[in-house]
Amino acid sequence: MKRLGKIYMALIIFFLYVPIFVLIVFSFNESKSRSVFSGFTLEWYERLFNNSIIMSSLVNTLIIAVIASIISTILGTLAAIGINSMRKVPKSIVMNVTNIPVINPEIVTGVSLMLLFVFFAARMNMEFGFVTLVIAHITFDVPYVILNIMPKFKQMDPHLFEAAQDLGCSPFTAFRKVILPEIMPGIISGFLMAFTYSLDDFVISYFTCGATSQTLPITIYSMTRRKISPEINALSTLIFVVVVVILIAKNIIENRQAKKNAVYKGGRA
Amino acid sequence: MENIVSLKDLVVEFEDGERILKSISLDIKDKEFVTFLGPSGCGKTTTLRIIGGFLEPTSGDVFFEGKRINGLPPHKRNVNTVFQRYALFPHLNVYENIAFGLRVKKTSEKEIVKRVGEMLELVNLKGFEKRSVNRLSGGQQQRVAIARALVNHPKVLLLDEPLGALDLKLRKEMQTELRKIQQALELTFVYVTHDQEEALTMSDTVVVMNNGLIQQIGSPTDIYNEPVNAFVADFIGESNIVNGCMPEDCVVEFMGRKFKCVDKGFDPNETVDVVIRPEDVKVIPAEKAKLTGIVESVVFKGVHYEMTVDGVDHKWIIHSTKAEPAGSMIGMDFDPFDIHIMKKTEEE
Amino acid sequence: MKQLRVLSLPYLVWMVIFIVVPIIMVAVFAFTTSDGNFTIDNISNVGQYANIFVHSIWLALIATAICLVLSYPVAFYLSRMEKHKQGTMLMIVMLPMWMNFLLRTYAWMTLLGNNGIINYLLGLIGLGPFKLINTSGAVVLGMVYNYLPFMILPLYSVMQKIDKSVIEAARDLGCNPVKVMFRVIVPLSLPGIVSGITMVFVPAISTFIISRMLGGGSNLLIGDLIEMQFLGNAYDPHLGAAIALVLMVIILAIMTVMNQFSPDDQVLI
Repeated sequence: MKRLGKIYMALIIFFLYVPIFVLIVFSFNESKSRSVFSGFTLEWYERLFNNSIIMSSLVNTLIIAVIASIISTILGTLAAIGINSMRKVPKSIVMNVTNIPVINPEIVTGVSLMLLFVFFAARMNMEFGFVTLVIAHITFDVPYVILNIMPKFKQMDPHLFEAAQDLGCSPFTAFRKVILPEIMPGIISGFLMAFTYSLDDFVISYFTCGATSQTLPITIYSMTRRKISPEINALSTLIFVVVVVILIAKNIIENRQAKKNAVYKGGRA
Repeated sequence: MENIVSLKDLVVEFEDGERILKSISLDIKDKEFVTFLGPSGCGKTTTLRIIGGFLEPTSGDVFFEGKRINGLPPHKRNVNTVFQRYALFPHLNVYENIAFGLRVKKTSEKEIVKRVGEMLELVNLKGFEKRSVNRLSGGQQQRVAIARALVNHPKVLLLDEPLGALDLKLRKEMQTELRKIQQALELTFVYVTHDQEEALTMSDTVVVMNNGLIQQIGSPTDIYNEPVNAFVADFIGESNIVNGCMPEDCVVEFMGRKFKCVDKGFDPNETVDVVIRPEDVKVIPAEKAKLTGIVESVVFKGVHYEMTVDGVDHKWIIHSTKAEPAGSMIGMDFDPFDIHIMKKTEEE
Repeated sequence: MKQLRVLSLPYLVWMVIFIVVPIIMVAVFAFTTSDGNFTIDNISNVGQYANIFVHSIWLALIATAICLVLSYPVAFYLSRMEKHKQGTMLMIVMLPMWMNFLLRTYAWMTLLGNNGIINYLLGLIGLGPFKLINTSGAVVLGMVYNYLPFMILPLYSVMQKIDKSVIEAARDLGCNPVKVMFRVIVPLSLPGIVSGITMVFVPAISTFIISRMLGGGSNLLIGDLIEMQFLGNAYDPHLGAAIALVLMVIILAIMTVMNQFSPDDQVLI
C-alpha cells in the first residue's frame, strides 16, 4: 500500500515536471528543433537579454506589480479594519462584492473592466495603457489582501482594543501598538499574494493594456503566437530558477520557524 | 476466570532504534478491569494500541482467547476502543455515530434501532439522537464515544485516557459510571491513565509501567501498600524516598540513624531505597527524636495539613492533622512496619 | 470601534467604481444595441453558439473529473505523511504552478507538436507520428496540467484536518480500508471536493489560452468566443457581454448546485 502510494506520487511529480524540464533542456539546444538535441549553446540566453521588448516588458511588469501591490495593501488593510467593525449585514454585502473578482472567471473581470475603460476613455480622452493596467491590477489584488487579513481579526481577542485603551492608549496608539502587530502576518501574506498575482496575470492585463503598455506575460503570449523562439525556453528556465530559489528559501525559513515553535512547545509539555 | 488477552514478550522498537516497549508480558482475565498506569512515554498507550491492532509489535505475541492474533487488522478484532479525544465522526449525528459499527457490519435496521436505543439509555443520552456531535459538551461526547464502542458488544473495551479532557467533577462522575457499566455488562476493560487516583479507585488490577517495562502488577491495595520499588511508591502517592542501607535484618540505617523495620533478606550493608509515606511520619517533640527538621511551610489540604520539613539532606513531606508553626523545630519518628525497604532499581 | 468604519471608505468607493459598475456595464451592454436601445437580440444570438457552449462545458467537465481522480490520492498521501515532511512535499507538488501559465501551456505545445519530442520518441520505436496537438484531448490535457494544483490544494487542506484517530476509530468499528475511504474520508473531505471542483471548473470553462495554444481551430471555447468579440475580428462588445453574462449565469448555477453538497454545519476537528 505504502509503496503503491510512493510510485503514484512519483508518477504525478513526473507529469508535473517533465514539460518544464524539457523546456529547460532545449533552452541550451543549438538548433531550433523541439525534439533533437544537437549541441550546447547559450545563444538563446544572450538573445533574450538583448531582446529590448522582453526586457522593457519585464521592467514594466515589475513596476506595475510593485505599485499595484503597495496601493492594494494600503487600501485593503484600511478596508479590512473598517469592514471588521461593520455591522453584520453591511459586512456580508461588502464581503460578497469583494469576492466577485476572486470567484468570477478572469476573462469576465477583464472584459468588464475593459468596458468601463472604453466608456471613460471615450469621454475623458484617456488612453489604455499604464494607468488602466495599474487600476485593473489593484482591482483584482485588493480582494486577496482583504481575504488574507480578515481571518486574523477572527483569531484576535475582541477585547484587545479595549484593553489597550484601558491601559492608557489613545485609540490611534491602541491601533498601532496592539491591532496592527496582530494582523501584520495577514498584511504581509496579502501583499506577497497581490505581488505574485500581479506579476503572473495575463488574462485581465490582456483586456486592459491597450497597444502601448505591455507586461511580460503579454509579451510571452505574443511570442508563442509567432514562430518558434527558443528564447521562451531560456526565459522559462530563468523564471523556474528564480521560483525554485524563492520557494526553497521560504521553506527553509518556515521549517526553522516550525522547529523553534516545536522546541517551545516541547519545553512546556 | 480465564485469560482473555495475553501478551508475551512484546517489544516495540522504532526505526531510529528507540525502544518504546522493552519486554511486556501480561495476562488479562475475563471480566477484569485492568488499568495501565504510568507517566507519559512509559509505553501504556503503545501496549493498548497493540491490543487494538493499530500497531504491530517488533517482536512478541498477542493472544486473544488463546489464539494468536498478530497481524490481524483492527476491523477483524473483537475489541473496541474509546479514543483519547473521542475521535467522533464529525459528519454524523449522535445516533449515526453510535450506529456506525453496526451499519458497517450490515446489521438489520430493526436490530440497529434496538441496540442504539439501549446504548442511548445506558449512557443517558436519550433525546440527543439528532444532535450534531460538534454541539455536545465534552462529557456528552465522551458518552457517545463509549456508546459507539459498546454497541458492537466487544469482549474487551480499550479505553485510552478517556477522561483526560474532562474537568475534575465530571471526571469523578464518569469514573463511577464507567465502573458501573463495566460491572453491569460484565465486560473486560483495559484502561490507560496517568492519574494514579483514577487507577486506584476504578480497577481490579493495576499495571504500573515505566520506561517500557512493567514495574508492578497487583490490586490497588497491594500497589499502594506494598510498592515493589521506589518508582512505584513515588508514582502511586507522594512519598519520602531516602537512601539507606541494611546493616542487618530488620534494621535500616538512613541519615546516619538506625531504625527498626520489618524487612529482611538483604545482603549485609546493601544500599536500598527507604520509602515512607507522608501520613506515616509521626511528629514528636524534637528533644525526644532521633531525626529533626525545621518546618518550612504549612498548607491546609482540607482533611490534613501538609508540611514541608527541612531535614539534613532531605525535604520531608508530612501529612498531619495538627499543624506545627513554620520555623519551629520538630522531631520525626516511624513505626517499623511503615518503613518500606526497596531494592535499588538498576538505572536504565 | 465604530469610528474605524471610516477607514474602509476609500476601498468602498473603489469597489463600487471598479467592481460593481463594470459588472453592471456587462449586463447593460448585453441588453442594448450599439446605439443604446434595449434589446434581447444579443442574448438570443448566444443561442447560435450553443454547440460551443456544450463543447466547453463538456471539456471542462472531463478535465475537472480527471483532476479530481488524479488529485484525490495525492492529497490523501500528502495528508497522511509525517507532519514535517508534508510542507516540503506540498511545495514540490505546487512548485510548477508558480511558473507562468502561458509558459506551462507553451511547454505542452512543444511536447505535443508534430515535430515535438513525444512524436520523435514514438518514431524511434516505429510508431506515429500521431496528431497530438490541435485536438480536444490536447485541450483537456492542458487544462488538467494547469489546474491540477487547484484541486490538490483544497483537498489536501481538508484531509489534513481529519484526525488520525477518526480513521483508527473507523477501523476499530469494523471498516476495512475501502470502507474507511467511503464512509469516513470521502464524506469528511466533501467541502474540499466541492471547492476543488469549482476552482478547476471555473477557469477551465472560461479559458481561451489553452484552446488557442493546444486546441487549434476546431476547439473554439466560450473564452475564445468572448475574446473575439472584444479584441478579435468579430468585434461586437454587446454580443461579447451577452456571452459573458450567460457564462456567469452558468457558473453561478453550477456553484449553487455544488454548494448543496457541502454541509455548512460541519465543523472539522
